This record gives sequence, C-alpha cells and structure tokens, in this order.
Amino acid sequence: MSLSTVILSPELLEARFRPLEEVLPASEAPMEAERCYYCHDAPCVTACPTDIDIPGFIRAIAVGQPARAAERILQANPLGGSCARVCPVESLCEQSCVRQGEEGGPVRIGRLQRLSMAQASPDLFPAATAEVRAQKIAVVGAGPAGLAGAYLLAREGFAVDLFEAQARAGGLNESGIAAYKMLDDAAQHEVAHLLTGDRIQLRCGMALGRDIALAQLRSDYDAVFLALGLQGQHRLQIPGEDLAGVLPAVPFIARMRRGEPVPVGQKVAVIGGGMTAMDIAVQIRLLGAEEVHLCYRRGPEAMGASAREQQLARDQGVLIHHFRRPLRIEGEGGDCVAIWLQPTVLQDERCVDQGQPLRWAVDQVFTAIGQRFNPEVWGEDGASLQLDAHGKIAVDADFRTSLPGVWAAGDCVGRSDDLTVHAVADAKRAVLSMLGDLRHET
Amino acid sequence: MKPDLSTEFVGIRSPNPFWLASAPPTDRAVNVQRAFKAGWGGVVWKTLGIDPPVVNVNGPRYGFWQGDNRRVQGFSNIELISDRSILSNLREIAEIKAQWPDRAVVVSVMFPLEESVWAEWLPRVEATGADGIELNLGCPHGMSERGMGSAMGQAPELVEMVTRLAKAHTGLPVIVKLTPNVTDITWGAVAAQTGGADAVSLINTINSIVSVDLERMAPMPTVDGKGTHGGYCGPAVKPIALNMVAEIARHPTLAGLPISGIGGVGTWRDTAEFMALGASNVQVCTAAMLYGFRIIEDLVGGLQTWMTEQGHTRLEDFIGRAVPNVSDWSQLNLNFVTKAQIDVDRCIGCGRCYIACEDTSHQAIGRVADSGRYQVRAEDCVGCNLCVAVCPVSDCISMAAMASGVDPRTGVPITAQPMNWTQHPNNPMAPRPSGEGQGD
Repeated sequence: MSLSTVILSPELLEARFRPLEEVLPASEAPMEAERCYYCHDAPCVTACPTDIDIPGFIRAIAVGQPARAAERILQANPLGGSCARVCPVESLCEQSCVRQGEEGGPVRIGRLQRLSMAQASPDLFPAATAEVRAQKIAVVGAGPAGLAGAYLLAREGFAVDLFEAQARAGGLNESGIAAYKMLDDAAQHEVAHLLTGDRIQLRCGMALGRDIALAQLRSDYDAVFLALGLQGQHRLQIPGEDLAGVLPAVPFIARMRRGEPVPVGQKVAVIGGGMTAMDIAVQIRLLGAEEVHLCYRRGPEAMGASAREQQLARDQGVLIHHFRRPLRIEGEGGDCVAIWLQPTVLQDERCVDQGQPLRWAVDQVFTAIGQRFNPEVWGEDGASLQLDAHGKIAVDADFRTSLPGVWAAGDCVGRSDDLTVHAVADAKRAVLSMLGDLRHET
Repeated sequence: MKPDLSTEFVGIRSPNPFWLASAPPTDRAVNVQRAFKAGWGGVVWKTLGIDPPVVNVNGPRYGFWQGDNRRVQGFSNIELISDRSILSNLREIAEIKAQWPDRAVVVSVMFPLEESVWAEWLPRVEATGADGIELNLGCPHGMSERGMGSAMGQAPELVEMVTRLAKAHTGLPVIVKLTPNVTDITWGAVAAQTGGADAVSLINTINSIVSVDLERMAPMPTVDGKGTHGGYCGPAVKPIALNMVAEIARHPTLAGLPISGIGGVGTWRDTAEFMALGASNVQVCTAAMLYGFRIIEDLVGGLQTWMTEQGHTRLEDFIGRAVPNVSDWSQLNLNFVTKAQIDVDRCIGCGRCYIACEDTSHQAIGRVADSGRYQVRAEDCVGCNLCVAVCPVSDCISMAAMASGVDPRTGVPITAQPMNWTQHPNNPMAPRPSGEGQGD
C-alpha cells in the first residue's frame, strides 16, 4: 500500500499553499483601480448576484480609502470577504467588464475586492436597526446562506438562534473550499464579524433531525430559515467504489482543513469536472501526490470549473483528460490499484463509447461529481417538506417552502449555481420576504 | 534629410530650440556640462544675485501633484535664486561657454533697483562670454518678499525701469522673463518692450499651494510644520502658459517681439504648440527634473519626426502659424453647427457619455435597447464636446460638422455664410439690416 499519511500543518500551508494565493500587491491597487471607467449602470454590477456597487468601491480604492471600499461592499454583501476569495469572477463581474476585450483585460475586480476586504472589521458593516423586535427566528445551518440570513435578520432587529451541526460555523467556506483560497482562517474571521453583537446566538453541534426537530423549531420560533446545504455525495455507481483509497472529495477536504491526518496517494485519479474536482486535484498535488489525473466524461467546454481554475490545476501539474468515462475501480486486497476508463467521443451532442477501455494504475481515486440534498438525515421531519424534481427543498420565488413560516435558501434549495455569492443573494431575497410576512403577522 | 532645428533667437544661436530654463538644473557647471553632453541647445543659467548669497531652506523644497500611475502632473518649488557666490557662478559660466561655443548660454539675473549694482555686474557677466541676459522678474516665492522677482514683474512701471537699467549697462540681448501672477500678461510685456527688451520669456511659475498635509495641517512642502506658497510648473501649467504666449503674439503692438515659451514643455507636441502660438524657442525645466537630461533626445527626435510628417524643413515653417486663428469669442462663427457621433462598433457601453449628458448637459444621448450601446439624438445635441471628453475609448465619439440641411435642434438651415456675435440679431450692438428702420 503506497498511501502516505499527511497533516496539513501550518508549515506545509506556508510552503506549498501560500504561493497559490491570488493577491494584488497594495502598491498596484491604485493603478488597477484607476483602470475602472466608473461606468454608469455598470454591467459588472448587473452580473453580481448581490449587486455590489463595484465602480463605487473601486473608486474608494482609487482615492486611497480601501476601508471605505470594504464598507461599500458590505452594504450589498455581508460575505464580501469570502466572495472575494471564492467567486469565479471570470464568469461573473469580470466577464462583463467593458474592458473585457481590451488590452490588459477586464479590471481585476476580484482582487481589488479582496484587497479592500482585508480592511474589514465589524465597524464597517451597516448599522443595525435600533428597533428590537419581539419575534425570534431559528436559522438552521451556518454556511454562507445561513450566516447571511442570520446576520441580515439580526440587523433588522430579530433575535436569531443559529444552529450548526458542525463544531464550527462557516459551512463550505470553512470545510469545503480549497485551503489556499481561505488562508489565515479567513472563514472564521468573517464569521466573527457577522456574529458580532448580541442578537445572534450560535449553537454549534446541533444537527437537525438529531439534536433539534423542525416541528419543535416551528412551534418555538416565529419563523424558521433552513440553510442546510448538501450532505450527501453523489456516487459513481460503478464497481469498486467502496475500496479503500476511493474517497468523495468534499469530506476529504474538510478533514484536511481541520488538520486531521489524511491519506495521500502517489498516483491519483480525480473524477469530475467542477470546481471541487479542481480543488481536490490541486490540493492532493500540494500534499505530495506524484501524479494527478483528472478525468472528465465530457469535453472541456462542458466542464463546470472555470478556465482560470483549469489553468491553475494545469500549472500545478494536474493532467486533465477529457472524454473518459469511469467503468470500474480495480482492487487488490481491499486497496485500489487501478481505474478502468472508457474513452468516449461526442456524437450529436451525446457522448458515445469508442475504442478499448483503458487501465490506469492508481492508488487513490477522488470523486467530485457533486453533492445531493439528503432529506433522510432529519428523519420524519423531512417528510413534511415538499422537494423539487432534483430532490432539493422546493421554494417559491421568495424562498418560502411548502410549510408556512419556513423559508429555505442556499445549496439545499438549488435555485442557482452552488456559489457563495448566490447563497448570499438567496438569503437577501428570503430575508426580505420574511420581513414582509412577519410584519403582517404582528 | 532631417529637418533643421537650429535657431537664432535675438541673435543667439543654438543647434536646437530647447533651452534649459533658469532653475535647479542650471545651477552649476557640473549640471550644465551634463546637459550639453546630452544635447541641449542652450541653458539659461540659474538666477544670479549679488553677494552675500541667499540661503535656502534645508527642509523639502519641492511639492507635487501626481496623477494616475504616480506620474507628476504639477510641480511646485520654494527654492530661491542661486545660493552660491556670484563670482564662482561667473567663473563656471566662462568655463562652460569656452568649452561649448555652439550652445546658447544666457545668464539670468535678479538685482535690486540700484543702478550701481547693474553697472558693476552686467559687464562682468558679459565678460564671461555669455550670449545674453535674462531678467528674472517672475519668481513668486521668497525673493518677491524682498521686493524682487514677481514683486517687480507685477508692476509694469518697474518692469520698464529694470529693463532700461539692464539695457543701459550691457550690449548683450536682454530677455525679460514675465510672471503669470498678473491680471493681464500683456501689460508686463508692453512695459518690457517699452524699456527696450529684445525678447520676453514666459511663463515663470504660478503662485500655488500644491497640496496640504492633512496630518500636520500645513501646506506642502512642509518645513518644520509650516509651508509657504510655491511656484507651480510642470504639465499642469501648460494651458495657462499657452494662452499667455498667444495673448502676446496676437497683441497689436507686441507683434514681432520674440518670445521664448516656457511652461510644462515635456514632449514634441508641447513644443510644437508653443511655437505654433508664436514662441521662437522653448525653455524646459520640470521634464528634465523628472526624467533627466536624456529627455532631450525624445524632444529633438519627436519634433523632427513631426516636422518630417508635416513637410516642415525648418522651425520658421510653423512658428506663429496658429496665431491668426486665435480669436476673440465675438469673432467665432455662430452659424457653424457640429453634432456628436458615436461609433457603435467602438462603443463599449460604459455609459459615461450618457450620464454626463443626461445629468449635466442636454439629455442628447440614449441607450440602444438591444445592444446596450449608446447613440446621440441630433435634435437635442448642442455640440458641446462633453461626451468626447468623458469617453474612455479613443476615436469612439467625434464631433462632425454639418455641411448642409437643417439643424434638427433649432430648425435653422445650415449656411456656409458665417455670422459672428457682432453680426447676430440678438446682439443689441449689432448693425441692423436695412428695412428695419435702424440702418447704420
């Protein structure tokens, strides 16, 4: 067995992960900010799901006040800090920048946002309303959607109990995102800012269906906001998936980021084509894997990962293979020794098999083919909530679930792409609707 | 063959029209030596005063305004005239002139209004072999508090008097350097001409506080907690200098008085603009201070390239060529109609022209719904040029003159017949056409 055991130590983080940080030197910031044309009705703002006033915050940087830029960002997006680190800006704001086609490319909005958010402090968040409402709200799940929802509700004067199944708040920002994007405990700093004040009580280690019940929450609170995220991992449904050395990526990253010992193979296959596939491929390289082969069943244009993420992976020596459908994983004594892949070609927009299956010797396989909502985890409570065609919680345009007084947002809803920025945008919308409905009730 | 850049300015020859202005770069032989090696056509030596020499501050002398990219746009100084003894300056001037006979060496002086001083020192300046004298009547800081510099330049009668004094005691050409810190630049120029000046040079620096240190609550440069107004120069002052040069060049009695143009010259284009408005040569300081003497290669090469493109073989081909087109407002053709045009293929949809026109001009720009690009409504466009100014894309918005048809904004037919304000019916002073009972 060739797997070694590695702990993501602070030294390893500094030596191997730190160099991947994409930061704009402070000395370059004013010049980059001056590149912004300060557009009227700017397309970058339209492209941002949370409507950050991008020209406005960039102008604050240009005139030498990055803290005011952070203030401007936080007015629209309380998670502006983590969004600056994880947003695929190349397909959102930067893609729509009017300088896109110009020499020098679009204004580097993401990096400017990151630079200003380095100034973030609780003082820079918009002032909470002085009014204290009598109503109490339960928010379940302290990932991006739950944090944004809890923060916005508290800002409006509600008392909020925020339940989190894990030991720490932050959700995927804390456990799922690649470690090199969230260095310096960035997720926890943001959580601390969002939970400043006495209106939000964070209660970690409280899982729905185990420690708390939806029916109980509905009777104890004036409203319930579900931001449960996704717990289930999609399976490949191929033989050999349960061999040692075959692991879903997200739980692996969570263990690694918690500093637990994790197994690292020499020759590794990653199955998938999204951000998580890139994240695990890059990180397993950084942890010491000699060869990392990322296999995707379709072509490059169908990949969920942005071009920038793909390039980053290639820069780290990850070999990306397209049109390879996993057939089975071969074991020996319970360990994984090889993966069998069927080459495919595109015919009439469908992938069809062509040629002989390939056998690649690997000692570790990661699956990163998406997560799914897992209603079983919260037992009989779940049965009362309507799910949509994709098995996620069904909501209306304002994020109301089928149960009165219960809203849901974020990945457990699946109304938009599974991005932090969408989770925040969902939460903003849901809170607005909660405000309206709860006002009618009183 | 490259265009000939050699000049003869009030009898002073130099291989090119670029002189270093009287300023820190020309304070000492070691600097001037380097300047001539680099290729400068001439220098105006840093202003001499009589002993004992002045004393400069030991704190910062310069303040500045930086634009995008940290490039200096405006520069300000509180340095005084040469703080070295007049004799050591004269010795160095003689050495330099002997070594560089083909270059122009003009000596700037600032002496008190005592004839004996002029009588004693001007012949000694002349004895160095220098080519001319420039009278510093312009320094706005420090020396002006002692009644010299701009304190003299601001009083036309003193300008005339000093010029006469200088002319009385030297046979060298006398150039009077004018201060821009006046209401009307031509008053000083007329006084200089009346006093017998051979030429004027302008502008000297502008009274300014370039910025305020908001920590110390004091002007910059700050000397031990206090600051004083300085002399402003650099690219920021060029428009002011161009106007003043033009005012002298088109003045009815000053026409023909040679002008040495000064104020923000840093490129061939600046040079060509000063000369087109009537300057026979230019003096440069800030550009050299910011980039070093090597900038002369860019100035010379740039000017020659432009002249070649234009078919100019010598400087006289374009000196003063724009002067006839500098006019009073009342002479502008009110029948001339332009409209903004947006090139939709170049438009990037930033909306800058739209919001500028909508908020602060005439609501003449609209968004094309499908494309997100913008277009001008000629029926609302007054042709103000604001959209051209704010557009970040080069050659995207242009002003097009209407040659025929009807101005859709006013309904007035376009005519080739010009009409200025002196002829306009709205002008109560304009002559009435016959038949209206008010024939002239």
